[in-house]
Amino acid sequence: MSDSPALLRATGVSKSFPGVRALDDVHLDLRHGEVLALVGENGAGKSTLLKLFSGIYRPDEGAMELDGAPMSPSGPRQANELGISVIHQEFHLMPDLTVAQNIFIGREPRRAGLIRDDELVRRAGVLFERLGIPLDPRQPVSHLSVAGQQMVEIAKALSFDARVLIMDEPTAALTETEVDTLFRIVRDFVSPRTGVIYVSHRMDEIKEISDRITVLRDGRYVDTLPTASTATREVIAAMVGRQLETGVRPGAASSGSAPGADGREVVLSVRGLTTRKLLRDVSFELHRGEILGFAGLMGAGRTEVARAVIGADRSTGAVEVQGRAVRIRNPADAVRNGIGYLSEDRKRYGLLLDQDVVRNVMLSALPGMTRAGFVRDADGRRVAAEMVDRLAIRTPSVTQTAKNLSGGNQQKVVLAKWLVRDCDVLIVDEPTRGIDVGAKDEIYGLLTSLAAQGKSIIVISSELPEVLRLADRVVVMCEGRVTGTLVGADATQHDIMELATRFGTDRSLVTTGDSA
Amino acid sequence: MTTPSTTTARTERAATRFGNRQQLQQILAFAGLVVIFAFFSFASPYFLDWANVKGILLATAVTGIMALGATFVIATGGIDLSVGTGMTLCSVMTGVFLANLGLPLVVGVLGGLAIGALIGLLNGLNVSYLRLPPFIATLAMMMVAQGLSLVISGTKPIYFSDVGGFDQLAAGELVPGLPNAVLIFFAAAAIAGVTLSKTLTGRYALSIGSNEEATAISGVDVRRWKVVIYTVAGLFTGLAGVVMASRLNSAQPGLGLGYELEAIAAVVIGGTSLRGGKATILGTVIGALIMATLTNGLRIMSIPQEWQKVAVGIVIVLAVYADILRRGKEA
Repeated sequence: MSDSPALLRATGVSKSFPGVRALDDVHLDLRHGEVLALVGENGAGKSTLLKLFSGIYRPDEGAMELDGAPMSPSGPRQANELGISVIHQEFHLMPDLTVAQNIFIGREPRRAGLIRDDELVRRAGVLFERLGIPLDPRQPVSHLSVAGQQMVEIAKALSFDARVLIMDEPTAALTETEVDTLFRIVRDFVSPRTGVIYVSHRMDEIKEISDRITVLRDGRYVDTLPTASTATREVIAAMVGRQLETGVRPGAASSGSAPGADGREVVLSVRGLTTRKLLRDVSFELHRGEILGFAGLMGAGRTEVARAVIGADRSTGAVEVQGRAVRIRNPADAVRNGIGYLSEDRKRYGLLLDQDVVRNVMLSALPGMTRAGFVRDADGRRVAAEMVDRLAIRTPSVTQTAKNLSGGNQQKVVLAKWLVRDCDVLIVDEPTRGIDVGAKDEIYGLLTSLAAQGKSIIVISSELPEVLRLADRVVVMCEGRVTGTLVGADATQHDIMELATRFGTDRSLVTTGDSA
Repeated sequence: MTTPSTTTARTERAATRFGNRQQLQQILAFAGLVVIFAFFSFASPYFLDWANVKGILLATAVTGIMALGATFVIATGGIDLSVGTGMTLCSVMTGVFLANLGLPLVVGVLGGLAIGALIGLLNGLNVSYLRLPPFIATLAMMMVAQGLSLVISGTKPIYFSDVGGFDQLAAGELVPGLPNAVLIFFAAAAIAGVTLSKTLTGRYALSIGSNEEATAISGVDVRRWKVVIYTVAGLFTGLAGVVMASRLNSAQPGLGLGYELEAIAAVVIGGTSLRGGKATILGTVIGALIMATLTNGLRIMSIPQEWQKVAVGIVIVLAVYADILRRGKEA
């Protein structure tokens, strides 16, 4: 591509795992002083490529160069020493250690064998000042918000003398202001001797921050495009290999149905839901066949509502399912009442990662798949195969281990688990977090068609276009309270943001129910 | 995406591959057993003597039955340290029921099993509802059981000499040449195997071991099922206690400590992961046989008892390391 040696280059790299060719003859070159966006659908091979750069995997074929010199890091530590720092999608922090201890773990300043905590805190302080991060180095990481933890990861990566900074979906958990801070840090970092590889699904961010875009698809190299002269539509077309309807379609899901869901049967009614920590008097109704959006800023309490409703956390308040008052003390009670929850954290709360698709799909409906106390595995395999077809789960087989699937397909497996159990109410928390554009579309299509089949769905999402596209009505939360309910067809991003930032105690402005 | 027929074909192909991989683990452990067996056969002419092999099987029986129960708890990612002294308490209580109270044989035996189940139930309740870490809950139970055994027996052995037929439970030979204790072990293993792989109890044990939070969110009442799983484990402890008492024709209140570690070692040698989520009963059976064969073989070669322990320790390291290597290749 370029004549001068690239800062970081991969030439014809391939990597296979049992049953999967994750990377096939892939090229990438990062020039000095640029931000290179790396895009592709889930399963396109981005994460695998990053893991080659960080020494977690070794390529089966092909070569990597740093400044024209061959390199093959033997592990993350050596990659760091070479000047390659990676910020992974998942955090690798020790919650009980302080911020400073986390940043300098493995490199603690010592005197006579004893760790110098004062020096540790000082160095972290200097680093934070340079990066403009407002954190106390002495704070335990467990006290930080997700965004705060993200900042610690970034500070840790930059505490090495990094020349190549690789960020894997760094903004997934950040609010807009925090994204601005992140971009400022990235811009400060870039110099003629450094470069950044930026992996993201958010096209607007890629537009804003990157110079060029490298596209992967199905483990293969597709193209590298200059950001300034490429339309978003072209990038997406390169990613999915076909033209795709994008853009916001407000209230699309409700276009065929009555706005506000008036007159439809109330399937779930929640009154005065309150938790000790955050929620205050949260009330809402969910109708049959409705998609109810929950919007709000990070920490507004949307996930907490879901966890309280399914009995994962303690709460007070009244819950009615199909008009019957029920007491839900734990998730088992919730499932018995036909309420299934798809967590935003699929790996922690959604999947048995070490087990195969069959076992995952069967898990919630197992008691119904027994005869005389014995589990009928044949049933499970049949049901799983049906689900693989119905949801178009891309997996070599139903006995594939869940951890080997891409994010979008993992999400479908979790969804399949609840469909098998035939839950009437699905609470879907950030359904497309970490999922690429093409698979997002599929998930949207699935949720919409499930609602059309009479399922009632609550969608919690931080992405406003997503909420507006899917939801018939949108409940907006701020600081643990419901600050308003909007009808999807009329709602705008501006309306939602206005309600989502309605801080303070002015509850007289709160509008609830279908009055909007 | 894919037509149903290709999906099915792929499914079947992959299922075969998966099956082979599962079997590999057991073949590996089994090969280890064969190697140890072959080694001792060459080293000592007496080793392959049927009387000696019978001795090995007998020695396997009690630890093996305990290990079966421990496999369930370990499958959840927990640990059960109370199986050794718990087994002893069950022996002593069987003695109380039969020798002291003179209850009918069947009642006494069922009573012994019930005490085991009770121990497991309490472990399960402590783990589930008091949220004690399994290590602590069962460590406490280990001490309680040891203490109660000594208190109840007055620190003296209880003999079953007056209880007609009790010793035949383990020593009798329903199949000529094979002591019943061994038969009981194999039968218990068969039941454990089916329970682990084919019932909700087993399936949920593995699910909890894989990801407890996801299992709970999926609507499985994890706390209740943990109680069930520990209780099942306790039943095996009870069975081990009864078999032990019958074999010795007495309940020895001082015994038991250290058996729990042998049981755990057998489970681990068999390829069950201490992190939970992966467990097989066949592996545990082979693990228990390896432990007993090793001890027997070393003794027959007149290696001092102190060195036998060292050898067993080394074998545990080798076995688990081999398993880690195998898993590493898989990933």
